Formats: sequence, C-alpha cells, structure tokens
Amino acid sequence: MEEMKEVIKDYVIKEYVEDDTEINFDTPLISGGIVDSFSMVSLKRFLENRYQISIPDDKATPDAFDSVNKIVALVNKYLK
Amino acid sequence: MAYTDKIRGIYTEILTGIKEAGLFKQERYIHSAQAADIEVEFPSGASLKKVINICANNYLGLSSHPEVVKAAHAGLDSHGYGMSSVRFICGTQDIHRKLEQMVTKFLGTEDTILFPSCMDANAGVFEAVLTKDDVMISDRLVHASIIDGIRLCSAIHDTFKHSDMEHLESKLQLHNDKRLKLVITDGVFSMDGDTAKLDKMVELCEKYDALLFVDDSHASGFIGKTGRGTHEHCGVMGKIDIITTTFGKGLGGASGGCVSGRKELVEMCRQKARPYLFSNTIAPPVVAGVIKVLEILSASTDRRDKLEKNTQFWRKGLIDAGLIIKEGDTPIVPVMLFNAKLSQDVSRDLYQEGIYAIGFFFPVVPQGQARIRTQISAGHEIHHLEKALDAFKKVGKKYEILGKTKQEIIDRYGM
Repeated sequence: MEEMKEVIKDYVIKEYVEDDTEINFDTPLISGGIVDSFSMVSLKRFLENRYQISIPDDKATPDAFDSVNKIVALVNKYLK
Repeated sequence: MAYTDKIRGIYTEILTGIKEAGLFKQERYIHSAQAADIEVEFPSGASLKKVINICANNYLGLSSHPEVVKAAHAGLDSHGYGMSSVRFICGTQDIHRKLEQMVTKFLGTEDTILFPSCMDANAGVFEAVLTKDDVMISDRLVHASIIDGIRLCSAIHDTFKHSDMEHLESKLQLHNDKRLKLVITDGVFSMDGDTAKLDKMVELCEKYDALLFVDDSHASGFIGKTGRGTHEHCGVMGKIDIITTTFGKGLGGASGGCVSGRKELVEMCRQKARPYLFSNTIAPPVVAGVIKVLEILSASTDRRDKLEKNTQFWRKGLIDAGLIIKEGDTPIVPVMLFNAKLSQDVSRDLYQEGIYAIGFFFPVVPQGQARIRTQISAGHEIHHLEKALDAFKKVGKKYEILGKTKQEIIDRYGM
C-alpha cells in the first residue's frame, strides 16, 4: 500500500507538477488545480497499465482522482 | 418565466463577485478606425483621447488599409451585404470558393473551408474528423477556442507539457493503440509569443503515424520568410495535416476563419462540422477584403519585413530600458510584471502617457505571471515605438522596476 502511494505520488509529480509545488497524499489534485480534468486520461491509463486493472469510465471521476489516497482506494477496488 | 427580483439577484451577486475579484472586463470605445493612432473614450463618457495602440492583433497594419477598404466596398456593391443562408443551402458565392482556393495556395495545403470565425473552425473541426476510438493530444497552453472544440469531440483527450517534445513522445507511445492520434498545438502562442517546434512535432507525428493540427491565428501573414506561417518558419510546409487560422488578426482584422489541410479532412468538415452547417459564413464585403489582403501579401513581403524590423527595434528597446520581456522573435512581446495589481497600475499610467496597452493576470495567464502584452504592427512607424518606449521608461521609473530582476520585483510587489 505504501509503495503504491509513493509510485502514484511520483507519477503525479513527474507528469503534472511544473514548478516547486509540494504535494502529499491528501493534496487536492483536481480541485486544487494541479491536475486538470483533461489530463486525467493519462493518469487513468497509467494506473490501468501499471496495476493491470480496468477502471470503468464512470468511476474515473474528478472526485475519485482528487488525491493520492483517493486514487489508491480506487485502484484497490479493482485489483484482483 | 418572469424575470423576478430573485433571478436578478442571482446574476447581480455573480457580477459583483467578478468585480470584487478584479476580473470585471470593461470595454473602451474607439471612435476612429483601427490603426496605430486611435481616439479612445475611456471611461464611458470621458472626452476622447489620442493614443498609440500597441495591443491590437493588427500585425500587418491592414485593418484600415485603403486598398482593402476599397475592395470591401466593391464586394458590397457586386455581391451584396449578406447571404441569408448557410453555405450548403444557398449561402455560397463564387467569391467564397475563390477565397478558399487562394488560402489553399497561400498556406501550401490541399484544400480549405471557410468558417464564420476561427473560434468556430476550432469548435467544429475535431468532432468532424475524430470519433471515440481516437485520441487528441494537445499542448497545455493551447488557445481557449481549441479547448472548447476538444470538449465537443467524443475522442479521448490528453495533454503534454508546453513545447516539451519528450513528454509529447511519451504520450504518443501511451496512446499508440488508438485508431487515430491527433497532436494539437498553436503555431505562435498568444500570451507568451513563443513558437511551436513544428519541425520536431512533424518528426514525431511521422514516427508514430499521428496527425498534426496547428492553429496559426497569431502567425498567418507574417511568420516565415514569406509570411505563410509557423510551418514555413519551421521548414515543414505541406506537412501539417490541419491548419486553422483567422482573418480577424494579421489577414485584415475583420472576421472569419478557416480550416485548411488534407482534402479529405476538409471535406469531412464540409459534411459534418456544425458551425459550418448551422451558421452563415463570412459576409461578402469581408470576403472581398480578405481576397485583397492575400493579393497584397502574395505580391510583396514588404509588410511582414517591416513588422520584423519593428519587432526587433521594440524588443531591443524594452531590454535596453531594463524591462523583463519573454524571449522570442514574434511581434507578441509580453513585458513581465508578475504582480496583478502592478500590471493594472502600469497599464493605467501608460494610458495617461498616451499608450494603449492592457495588463493580463490570473486566470488569463498563470498565477504570478502578470504582464503587459504588447503587440507590434507594420502599421507602427519608429516614432510610435519611440514614444511608447519613452512611456514605458517613465512609468517603469515611477514603479522602480527598471533594471530589476524578477525576484526583486516580486519581493517588492508580491506575486
């Protein structure tokens, strides 16, 4: 679980953070303006490839992607 | 429904919020034709003030060019005022098709379709050529009209960091399983004035079998040795699949836009693009004016050459004065002030000095990147630019920002 949190946090920083903004596991990503809703698609595809899961489009909501902790909870729902 | 006090109150509250946030947009009334020298009423009811305009998209100084005005008059006389129909019913004249053919030749593409505006072109093109099996991959700083068009399209959408080719390649790899991949960028970015790396983007699109879309609204007519646009500047004429552009900036400044590119994609727009299907196209006098603009620009590069010289003079003048500008070589020259209030104060003081230039701040530009966006024109003479530089120096001295670093300005005024 901790490793998954770090992996996802590192991905978010590498993919979306372009300045020195610091994020933790509860930082609001979408409502906080760090990840725009348009860019969620690459995060979803990254999670699906990395964890060999399929997240239904209607579950990949801005709210479900709004923090590292929420993303981890979402991934765990679909892990076999 | 009756427009009750309750309903009125809802909107009043929203508008008050916009004002309190300092985001309320106020129009300034120009009483003269668009040009380097204009007469402005601001605020509403104030006496007219003669100012030098350095914030118009009138890059080639053609907005009030006598030959263009004369051609528009002639078009009005020969083809009338309006069409009272969309294109495919009875709203297409010979001059509409003539203009499409001229744009095709000018941009070096296969075919062109006119739209009422480039905003409409961008709103219609993506849904016309893509489906849910496809992906759009756009630069994170593309124009708002592209964002709107993307929202109207059923293809999935992803972004890449601004002008970051490594990041773009990673996205092309990530989405390589999609039926079609469309990479989307501005040619010249309107807020920073920087230019897309179209040569690199063409290479990547060829490597990954992707299509390339460029909005060249801030480039058509003057970027590149003969003013064809960013694709000429980058040496990739004929390799851009879709170009959208406007006739509302360098190409006469009136209105209208187009999609130009691969003939099948243009035909898809003619069959499916909703702003084309459900709206009248460009009015006859404007079509006649744009035809004259393209004749002028095809006959000589004098105007874009003058614009290039003016731009070099302006950029050097600002740097020599000790102001911070965004690097580049386009006529969009942002003077960086970083603080929103400072940008408004400087804009107001410049106006008092007879210079019309607008401050931009969040959310139009990122937080902490407030600026005065200046835009140079072939309609400017050196005396206009010298006067504007003197005003910038005077106002810059007042606020003690000349020769200061970004950090020193932020330390004093905040972000």
